[in-house]
Amino acid sequence: MSDYVLELKGITKIFPGVKALNNVQFQLKKGEIHALMGENGAGKSTFIKVITGVHKAEEGEMYLYGKKVDFKGPKDAQAAGIAAIYQHVTAYPHLTVAENIFMGHQIVKHGFVQWKQMNDEANKLLQRLHSDFKATDEMGTLSVAQQQMVEIAKALSTNAQIIIMDEPTASLTKNESEELYRIADQLRDEGKSIIFISHRFEDMYRLATRVTVFRDSQYIGTYDVDKITNADLIKAMVGREINELFPKPKVKIGKEVLRLEKLTRIGYFKDVSFSVRAGEILGLTGLVGAGRTEVVESVFGVTHPDSGKIYLEGKEVHIKQPSDAMELGIGLLPEDRQKSGLIMSWGLGRNVTLPTLANYAKNSFLDEAKEREVAKKYLEEVDTKAVTIFDPASSLSGGNQQKVVVARTLAQDLKVVIMDEPTKGVDVGAKAEIYDIMGQLAQKGYAIILISSEMPEILGMSDRIIIMCNGKVTGELSREEATQEQILEFAMEKSEKGGR
Amino acid sequence: MKEKNGFLKKLSGSRELGLAAILIVLCIGIQIKSPSFLTPTSISDMLKNNAVTMIMALGMFEVLLIGGMDISIASTAGLAGMSVGLLLKYGIISNTFLGILLGILIGIVCGVCVGLVISKGKVLPIIASMGFMYIFRGFAYVLSGGQWASAADLGTFKDFALTSYLGFGVINNVIMIVIVCYIIFFVVTKWTVAGRKVYAVGSNVEAASVSGINSDRVKLVVYTVMGMLSGLAGVLSVSVYGSAQPNMLYGQEMDVIAACVIGGVSMNGGRGSVVGVFLGALTMAVINKALPLVGIDSIAQNTVQGVIILAVIVLNVLTQRATDRKNLKGREM
Repeated sequence: MSDYVLELKGITKIFPGVKALNNVQFQLKKGEIHALMGENGAGKSTFIKVITGVHKAEEGEMYLYGKKVDFKGPKDAQAAGIAAIYQHVTAYPHLTVAENIFMGHQIVKHGFVQWKQMNDEANKLLQRLHSDFKATDEMGTLSVAQQQMVEIAKALSTNAQIIIMDEPTASLTKNESEELYRIADQLRDEGKSIIFISHRFEDMYRLATRVTVFRDSQYIGTYDVDKITNADLIKAMVGREINELFPKPKVKIGKEVLRLEKLTRIGYFKDVSFSVRAGEILGLTGLVGAGRTEVVESVFGVTHPDSGKIYLEGKEVHIKQPSDAMELGIGLLPEDRQKSGLIMSWGLGRNVTLPTLANYAKNSFLDEAKEREVAKKYLEEVDTKAVTIFDPASSLSGGNQQKVVVARTLAQDLKVVIMDEPTKGVDVGAKAEIYDIMGQLAQKGYAIILISSEMPEILGMSDRIIIMCNGKVTGELSREEATQEQILEFAMEKSEKGGR
Repeated sequence: MKEKNGFLKKLSGSRELGLAAILIVLCIGIQIKSPSFLTPTSISDMLKNNAVTMIMALGMFEVLLIGGMDISIASTAGLAGMSVGLLLKYGIISNTFLGILLGILIGIVCGVCVGLVISKGKVLPIIASMGFMYIFRGFAYVLSGGQWASAADLGTFKDFALTSYLGFGVINNVIMIVIVCYIIFFVVTKWTVAGRKVYAVGSNVEAASVSGINSDRVKLVVYTVMGMLSGLAGVLSVSVYGSAQPNMLYGQEMDVIAACVIGGVSMNGGRGSVVGVFLGALTMAVINKALPLVGIDSIAQNTVQGVIILAVIVLNVLTQRATDRKNLKGREM
């Protein structure tokens, strides 16, 4: 009998033209939380898909409880007690929680679905996870964190012994992450083994006992979490040393550029006032749902505030739609790159020049040579690892896509740049580069509003921090006085007293 | 067998090229069966009789590009055609170009109505245009009062479709208009800011808005252009067929959509080209013309037409999928 619940040896997976995995290995113990880390494109996702039977490896062997197994498809893996919870919840929003949990393995008697029994079973699972919603709730009404809990319940309902979590904390707030940690601990105590993929070091330190690092499709090593230093781990992941994750340059802060006065949108946020100066990075934080994104969307003209005023360089402005905002010099890097950031089917060059087409047009005819030149210039400025400006945006990793969005911002004549979760789902190497670009933008005199749920990022990059809670500004801290605890206090202040 | 695969692979590189190949094979087949098919008169007739579909297909191409839909176009064309027919019949106007201009104006008004309801009213395009489909067709009936304008009523207007002074005495006037429309659309979609914006809105509305493109305005313009072309097509059809009836061009919108889809325009928006639309509309024209020529019973023609359309589209989808897969290969990790 082997010591390991799951063991993989010499796994090689080849996609046409690329070796996605090259002779990698992995061992998982019973009752262990094992972190799997590496940059985007390191091969983690492919590796997970090999374990779950989605992909078949060309070479290598897989042992389950010491016995060699050969999965023909995801069904085999599921039957063997392996369940995966993906970063993007793959749920059916219009069905109930119970239906989601039992999707694919409904409880059926004589050809009829046993609703009551299913709901009861689902409630039992939810109770076991100490969740605060019911089996009959509609999936779409739940928060991302709650939906993830449903996914976990689903894994438990199939009686999985090995649970894989692929970046589960990526879209969770601090509190919700804590909840997830608790559940992961509980599952481990019940004897289940968990493979945990994350870009957050916090997650790893909090949960895992061991960590395996992949880089460039290869196995780099497995380390005990309490024995490896942060710097060594980053070096293992990136293959080079990153001196400073937050290269915040000292910038002389100039005149006030943008000011909000008592901005209110009924039902979303109320009496929000703050200002940002040239060369300043203003951190805007709070729990997810605090109204941060809603505020900047109103500033950018996506939605309309019901009352309050917006001043740009001292003059009141009325922004009806995004094109107005951009004409005034306000740019937004949206949170969801896939959905609202880039046109995935287009080449990078065209994505970069889209907002500034008028600049390359003569009598409304496009000067494509000039357009290409500009696109190239700005893409080089952000150092995208793209082959050409004609590569479709969909061919890039998340981090590089974000850099293209930044390049697009640079190509515009902007004064205020709003970045909504710019490093979400981005690996550590690309993160450092994005922070670096952010610092450069500040040096060039842009006023930057950084929205982020990641505490280290807010603390590391902001000159000033505004904290929101339940649609209101609850605190403001300078870079010097801000600590994680203080921010959390402001972020949760009102919600504990029962909201607005 | 292997060589054939290689050939197919090469074709899959470009959708337009693939469609052109299909079209050529189709034409050769018909020509063998019926040698009168590819004569100058026959081709000219074919193009003239399908001018309506070809012109409206350009508007539909833009509509589909932005992920929209407009099924009111045949009604718009009918309303424009009927109105101008009546004006000619009662002698209110007699000038041919004034008639064409009025038809275009009526089309623009109809297009603006559809566009406003869709862009400002945020009504689903298929629902909004369905409403207008009934409204415009109803107008045509009300206006006509049950009458129609016959060849004798139209006077010199029908001569427009019989002469070729716009085409330097060689190419029929109607065909000349079709050609000019295609050239304009080719240039606009390929090389202008406006063309790029339409593709942007169709590929990703939100990304386009964040990039400062006023997507509502783009939509309004696209539906207006659609209406304009429908109006033009309506009056041209009056000239070509020498009559105007309230139910003229009934159901024509489906031919137009079919032409676009055959030409590789995606129903989800963002994908398609003028060359593709041209080939698609041409394919529809050839099918319409050729089925009686090769001796297919008129009762069976609809069925055969449907089968050919589906076959072409399936072939098209398969080639598209092959290209998509090729693009994805570099990405999968």
